[in-house]
Amino acid sequence: MTDFNSDMASKKSSLLVADARTQKRNKAEARFRAYGLAAVGVGLLFLVILLTTIISNGSSAFKQTFVTVEVFLDPAKIDKKGNRNIEDLKKATTFTYKPLIQQGLLDQVNAAGYNHPFEKHKAMGQLLSASAAGQVRQFVLDNPDRLGETVEFRLIAASRVDGYLKGRVTRESVARDKNISAEHFDLVDQMQADGLVEKVFNMAFITGADASEARPEQAGFGVSMAGSFFMMLVVLGVSLPIGVAASIYLEEFAPQNWFTDLIEVNISNLAAVPSIVFGILGLAVFIQFAHLPQSAPLVGGLVLSLMTLPTIIISTRAALKSVPPSIRDAALGIGASKMQSVFHHVLPLAMPGILTGTIIGLAQALGETAPLLLIGMVGFIATNMPDTLAEGILSPNSAMPAQIYEWAKRADPAWYERAWGGIIILLVFLITMNTLAVILRRRFERRW
Amino acid sequence: MPVLWIFLFVAGLAVIGFVLGRARALRSADGDVRHLHSLPFYYGANAALKTFVPAAIVLAVWSVAQPMVLDRQVSTMIPQSVIDDGGSLGLIMSDVSRVAAGLDQAVAQGAMTAEEAATLRSEFTDVRARLGEIGVALGADVKPEVLAAAQALRIKQNTASWISTFVVVALAIAGFGWAVMQTNKDFRARTVVESGTKSLLILSACLAVLTTVGIILSLVFNTIEFFKLYSAKDFFFGTTWSPSFTGTSQLGILPLLWGTMYISIIALIVAVPIGLFAAVYLSEYAGPKTRAFAKPLIEILAGIPTIVYGLFALLTVGPLLVDIFGDGGALGVSWMKGGTAVMTAGLVMGVMLIPFVSSLSDDIINAVPQSLRDGSFGLGATKSETIRQVVLPAALPGIVGAILLAASRAIGETMIVVLGAGAAGKLDMNPFEAMTTVTAKIVSQLTGDGDFASPEALVAFALGMTLFVITLGLNFVALYIVRKYREQYD
Repeated sequence: MTDFNSDMASKKSSLLVADARTQKRNKAEARFRAYGLAAVGVGLLFLVILLTTIISNGSSAFKQTFVTVEVFLDPAKIDKKGNRNIEDLKKATTFTYKPLIQQGLLDQVNAAGYNHPFEKHKAMGQLLSASAAGQVRQFVLDNPDRLGETVEFRLIAASRVDGYLKGRVTRESVARDKNISAEHFDLVDQMQADGLVEKVFNMAFITGADASEARPEQAGFGVSMAGSFFMMLVVLGVSLPIGVAASIYLEEFAPQNWFTDLIEVNISNLAAVPSIVFGILGLAVFIQFAHLPQSAPLVGGLVLSLMTLPTIIISTRAALKSVPPSIRDAALGIGASKMQSVFHHVLPLAMPGILTGTIIGLAQALGETAPLLLIGMVGFIATNMPDTLAEGILSPNSAMPAQIYEWAKRADPAWYERAWGGIIILLVFLITMNTLAVILRRRFERRW
Repeated sequence: MPVLWIFLFVAGLAVIGFVLGRARALRSADGDVRHLHSLPFYYGANAALKTFVPAAIVLAVWSVAQPMVLDRQVSTMIPQSVIDDGGSLGLIMSDVSRVAAGLDQAVAQGAMTAEEAATLRSEFTDVRARLGEIGVALGADVKPEVLAAAQALRIKQNTASWISTFVVVALAIAGFGWAVMQTNKDFRARTVVESGTKSLLILSACLAVLTTVGIILSLVFNTIEFFKLYSAKDFFFGTTWSPSFTGTSQLGILPLLWGTMYISIIALIVAVPIGLFAAVYLSEYAGPKTRAFAKPLIEILAGIPTIVYGLFALLTVGPLLVDIFGDGGALGVSWMKGGTAVMTAGLVMGVMLIPFVSSLSDDIINAVPQSLRDGSFGLGATKSETIRQVVLPAALPGIVGAILLAASRAIGETMIVVLGAGAAGKLDMNPFEAMTTVTAKIVSQLTGDGDFASPEALVAFALGMTLFVITLGLNFVALYIVRKYREQYD
């Protein structure tokens, strides 16, 4: 005791001034707290970086450069027989139209007095997308009576021109490019000043189909959105009834025995199996063994259903568990059977929770890519929107994340912009679904 | 589409059964519900279930089994010489089914009579040209054996679909008749319907077990096929990964496992400290407002699809790292040659795993009883000392479990490594080198036009099996640790 006192006295401790050791401890405390705050900050920073990257890279995909061209629809070239017969007009391929469009653009550029070194009309073709000729041809087939007139078209510009206007392609970067030259860009500058070349909102990106590797300017996301939609229909139709039925059995009826344990262990393990393994299952069982159509949303939907099933079962069981036993007892007390008490009373009360879990499960399934690669929903260019429900489910298609992957693999950087744009659309869907789930939970959640 | 029509017929009959069963029950009670054993609904449901369920099950099983059985029967018709010529039985059989489908289409379009399609001989007719006219493209000229097999297949398909229609319709009608006949006021319809419903519930619950069985069977059978073609020893201990379709593949898993482990470790080095400190801050320091704001925002990172992270790695992080560590980069070192590297994939995967580690650890830290903290404060410890010396040690088993779960997630992650990690299997220490992983190679070996029977394609199943066993093992250990820990305080 005396030792202790003398020790304290020698250090001249005070209640008002912290001693060295306390200061050290307090500093450690502040440091530790700062580490924690920094970790939270870093996490949020990553989120901000990710979102800004997506938006800054992807928003330009929603705008597309168009060139206004006046084309003389020369009947001598398009309709060689001169009889305006639609069958004969169909024989004129896009190769017939290309020179007409290019000549039209060249005439227009010369008439406006722009300064450029091009003499041949072929040089103009490099400003336009390869799909432009198809666009004009379709117009002629729809309006054969306008042959011989000069018609004004708004045609998609080539992806290099589009890239130049968006700042992705520069004069330096095209120095060794065969497809376009710096002189083209000088011309584009002059045309843009007069409004002949302009960037407008690109509806075709949201509604259109994927295009071949050489035409990024033409590619759209719409058909793969339809593919994802049909897949989600399958997932909803398969996993919601089965998931709810399984949860009702496990939560309300299952006896405590080894078989119930087996099912429970299986469900919790399935929730942790890597998604690629589900892809292997889909390939081996649905395609190799059962010969279901490859690349079809049906197979994709079935694989994703199996993946979503554990999510739905877990949330449905939680929702059923939260319904108080007094509801069941009351129903049984007035003479309902066990089955009636579940289907007439417990299930309706658990419905908001079940729906919330289902929407979250669907949102997960919507963003899943890896299993789709294995069942062939990638590398396939679906050109048309499916017309009927059966066609939508059974005919080959892509899906949103698989389409993004496909674009990310292609060589031309113009595809990257499309991929980021696709991600924006995908995230809009996910955010909508998750918000819906949150609103549903807030609106209908009942505290007992 | 006959299957659809049969299905609609059965469904329609079930609806009629419902109406009829209900009406008959009411009639037998002279319209007075009180004389019935069950509510009228159950009599209808009884008839509908008995009509629909057995017929629908048979229809589903039949549509899956029919092509397999017929394929097997027809494949015995193909002589060995043709198989040797055409590569493999699978390729020939796909030719056969394509020709058969083409003949069906020709008959349906009226380009051929049914009789002509059945008696066509490739010796006398150019089948390929005839089918080409109606838009069925065939890769090569049709061999007489293939044509004969296709014609046999058509006949069998025709017979089988007639039999199946007959069986299913007969079953539906039998169920319908049985249910309607047995309906009278004393029939215990509710008991029957409820036990039927319960069996359907049990069946649904068993699907989870079936899925696991499906996964295991599809992995095991194909893995056995693979080990028949390629020695298991070379697979598990081989240090070279160089698949080639010329038959000199070296398919050692070690480089892939090394790539997987390396990327996962980098991801965990990023995710564990950040996630753990974030969890500690959010559960011990942050006020309710900060918590309500920051926790959901961090969890958004877990809801972003992995393809987005993959693209982020490929297009943003990769080039950024090359600018720093590559040739002529900011550091003046040339460690990195391309954007795809272990580091790229590892960093991005780490970001993805932050919310996993943080929300799992958050739950576990919150589960540590307040009395432990109070005891520590009472002894004069500061908050950080309490956390470091009391809370974290108490939560340690749970945190280890959380980290193991994150690790299993990292090992099974596919899209980030497919896009961000590279394609060549290498045993290298340099984290800026492109390497590849098990999951990435599963994707690359199973996509493409390769033959499914070759070892180069089958190896994907062996890789999948390895992946499945590793992740399952990690999950079991993690869950075991977490469960054991929970028992201490409950």
